[in-house]
Amino acid sequence: MDAIIEIAIAKYNYWMYISLMMIGLYAIIAKNNFVKKIIGMNILQTAIILFYISISAKRGATIPIIRHAEGHGHEAVNAMEYMNPLPHVLMLTAIVVAVATLGVALALTVRLYARFETLEEDEINDQIREAQ
Amino acid sequence: MIWQLDLAILTLVAICAVAAITVRDLLGAAVLFGAYSFMLCLLWAIMGAVDVAFTEASVGAGVSTVFFIAAVFRTTRRTKD
Repeated sequence: MDAIIEIAIAKYNYWMYISLMMIGLYAIIAKNNFVKKIIGMNILQTAIILFYISISAKRGATIPIIRHAEGHGHEAVNAMEYMNPLPHVLMLTAIVVAVATLGVALALTVRLYARFETLEEDEINDQIREAQ
Repeated sequence: MIWQLDLAILTLVAICAVAAITVRDLLGAAVLFGAYSFMLCLLWAIMGAVDVAFTEASVGAGVSTVFFIAAVFRTTRRTKD
């Protein structure tokens, strides 16, 4: 039992990633306002980024830049001394994609407001039902 | 990675996320989302991902907040939830 509790506490980054993901999913599903839904979508995307960055972190490692100062240039590179840079590079792409989806979603929201004069999902549904 | 700092900033991240989706004012939600992005930027820097940290600071906390505030000014600040 103690071993299980120890593992659960040691992985707190992953627990926080799961709770952030659930906060974002709740906002997407349960919130009525479109801007709130978009904020929830962004929180979900950043939760995924937190998961990947947590994978790359190591205890006692430094940032992934190889030392090239005087007297350091000819040493062998030991991978255990550096964080894993591969998830970092993948997540750079994810951040840019997140901003692109945010721009498209906000542009659609502005167009919806110009058409329906409201940002609430249920009011827009009512207006569409009345028009039919 | 300094775990005390990591845990403190993770707590701030969760508080900012919950506040951003519960506040009843869209401009306030946009600003709280900017604070959330900046806390995440500090978190990436602590965890050794400096390239992700400065991309998040410029793109996540900068451009996203500007997009949200521009959209809120073009539409409305009122929200029911």
